[in-house]
Amino acid sequence: MTAPFGAIDCDLHVAVPGMRSLLPYMSQAWQEMITSRGTDGLELASYPPGAPLSCRPDWRPTAGKPGTDLAMLQRQALDALGTRAAITHCLHGGQAVHSEDLARTLCQAVNDWLVVEWLDREPRLRASIVVPMQSPTYAAEEIERCAADKRFVQVQLLAAGEMLLGRRYYWPIYEAALKHDLPIGIHAGSAFRHAPTSNGWPSHFVQDYVGQTMGFEAQLLSLMGEGVFNHFPGLRVVLIESGVTWLPAFLWRAIKSWRGLRSETPWFARSPAELARQHVRLTMQPFDAPGAAEVKRLLEHIDGDHMLLFASDFPHWHYDGIQALPPGLPPDLVHKMSVDNPMATYPRLQETLS
Amino acid sequence: MSEVLDRSKNSAIRTGIATGIVDCDIHPTMRSQAELHPWLPERWRKHLAEYGLQARVPFTTGTQYPKAAPATARRDAWPPNGGPPGSDLSFLQAQLLNANDIAIGMLTPLHGSARNTDLDAAYCTAVNEWQLERWVRQDQRLRGSVIVAHEDPDLAVEEIARRADDRSFVQVLIPSKTNEPLGRKRYWPLFAAAQAADLPIAVHVNSVGGGYASTPSGWPSYYLQDHHINVHSFQALIASLVLEGVFEKFPRLRMVMIEGGFAWLSALCWRLDQQWALMRNEVADCKRPPSEYIREHIWFTTQPMEEPEQADHLRDTLTWIGWDRIMFATDYPHWDYDDPRNAFPIRLSPAEHAMIFRDNAMKLYRLHSE
Repeated sequence: MTAPFGAIDCDLHVAVPGMRSLLPYMSQAWQEMITSRGTDGLELASYPPGAPLSCRPDWRPTAGKPGTDLAMLQRQALDALGTRAAITHCLHGGQAVHSEDLARTLCQAVNDWLVVEWLDREPRLRASIVVPMQSPTYAAEEIERCAADKRFVQVQLLAAGEMLLGRRYYWPIYEAALKHDLPIGIHAGSAFRHAPTSNGWPSHFVQDYVGQTMGFEAQLLSLMGEGVFNHFPGLRVVLIESGVTWLPAFLWRAIKSWRGLRSETPWFARSPAELARQHVRLTMQPFDAPGAAEVKRLLEHIDGDHMLLFASDFPHWHYDGIQALPPGLPPDLVHKMSVDNPMATYPRLQETLS
Repeated sequence: MSEVLDRSKNSAIRTGIATGIVDCDIHPTMRSQAELHPWLPERWRKHLAEYGLQARVPFTTGTQYPKAAPATARRDAWPPNGGPPGSDLSFLQAQLLNANDIAIGMLTPLHGSARNTDLDAAYCTAVNEWQLERWVRQDQRLRGSVIVAHEDPDLAVEEIARRADDRSFVQVLIPSKTNEPLGRKRYWPLFAAAQAADLPIAVHVNSVGGGYASTPSGWPSYYLQDHHINVHSFQALIASLVLEGVFEKFPRLRMVMIEGGFAWLSALCWRLDQQWALMRNEVADCKRPPSEYIREHIWFTTQPMEEPEQADHLRDTLTWIGWDRIMFATDYPHWDYDDPRNAFPIRLSPAEHAMIFRDNAMKLYRLHSE
């Protein structure tokens, strides 16, 4: 299915061509440090630029990395899909390096580069603040630094990092995000601090990518179990490129475990399904269902039309042509996920689009 | 405190079947390790007394996540003779087998793999002898599982060969968290031996395994998380088996996933198929859509049964997975035991009930021919 004209695309990727592009956004000292040490090549291994998943063949540039050319993005994604506004995510190794200081420098540079190279050049684009999650203090500072620009509509975290995101260690990030009406977007991808599975490192990229859903499940359970939604009742979490169809089975089991075991976490007083419906949103690519019949059943299992957000996931390869939505969606839901839900999820879209 | 679901009024579900059911997950335990001494060489008895099993946890005997109840057990499962739950045959017969009309029960001893695989192999041999002597030969309803030192496939193969002709054992049993993804070639001798012996390989959920964190973001804080997240090891191992081409290489291999639930399987299959279609050049040994291998080679036990918010949604899931691949299990004597009379939140037809509570297991384990 295609999205309606004027849809809001909640996941679209831009990429840093290389370290040279970021140098102008760093202090002289950092420029020297990075140049003298030859620091570069920080594309995340979770998305090898050459892998079929990372860029659809007809979207692949003849030279350079996918997602680095504004004109291509305008033509292939924004114009082709008739998008009114699109929220970009820049996946970058700044969120995966071990040094907190380097992380802060890189994330600051990425955010400044996003403003100059993308937001200032294309009014339909919005961006997510890439924060150095290696240091929640620095991450909160970066949120403060970027929040004045209302074109930043979300805080972006990697789905797999040092620790599970519910840990109180990370709460300064949520406090800062909430202060500025920014949802927390958790995007697929890993800093590879731990093996991608509890059984170690798989041999294949295919398994890494398929297994991302388990990382998201773990994060949801962590956020709920540690009491993040109790402490930050206004917090909204968007799962980006997480897949969708794993959600019902996850909740079924989470509900059962919660019934039996919640005495250990007395603040976890509302059911996982209730918490998910209130606080969690998911982007629609990939959706992960084979056909319209299954989609119909799964929408009933999810029972949360307000949770779903239209996303092209450009330039990642999940569909061909402009069929950016899974088959079998009812028309009213299509409109809801393309316009109403994004507007409700991202308060800053309302400010800048109305 | 725990919430008690009362399904007692739903009498239609409480239709036991006259010919008895098959329980695919029963945990026998020991009063103490001394029960193994008749079969454990002096060297290893001394080693265990001095050094213990050396699992990959920070404690010598305690668990890294305090469980829901002592011994992870139902509070009513402590035998009157004072032993731990699951250690007394006559009490287990009364509380589990007789009370539930269980015709056949699969023993799944959880032994906690030692890092020293020579010790592990000796320990497994002793546990297997113990299963025979203390359980299988004492009650004809019980069947054993061949536990093996899975991290040392050569030693594991020896143990499988030792048991291959003994119909007291119905499967090989390994934990779900192995030191490496299970499809890796280093484990293939296990698959070859099991296929040759026509024994399914059963995989039971475990918590520690190879010591990798249970999530890609490290270790969770609470048992509530641990209990749930451990089933992810099944998704990881199934993806690994299929993508590494294990079922291409061993076309008669059958596997059983125990205590991992099953509702997550459909989404995993869809996702695997989609990514395989996109990137099959990376996984050349996986020649067909992954879901096809899974449908043909893998069975699932029910406990802990996932509980949809609307019970009838479970019917979609069972249909997507295949009604012939689901087998009932109680997990006795653990706290999250599923009672065969009311574990299923949906009403099963007599035919569906018979498949899940008996016939699927009878076929898989070739119990009809006995």
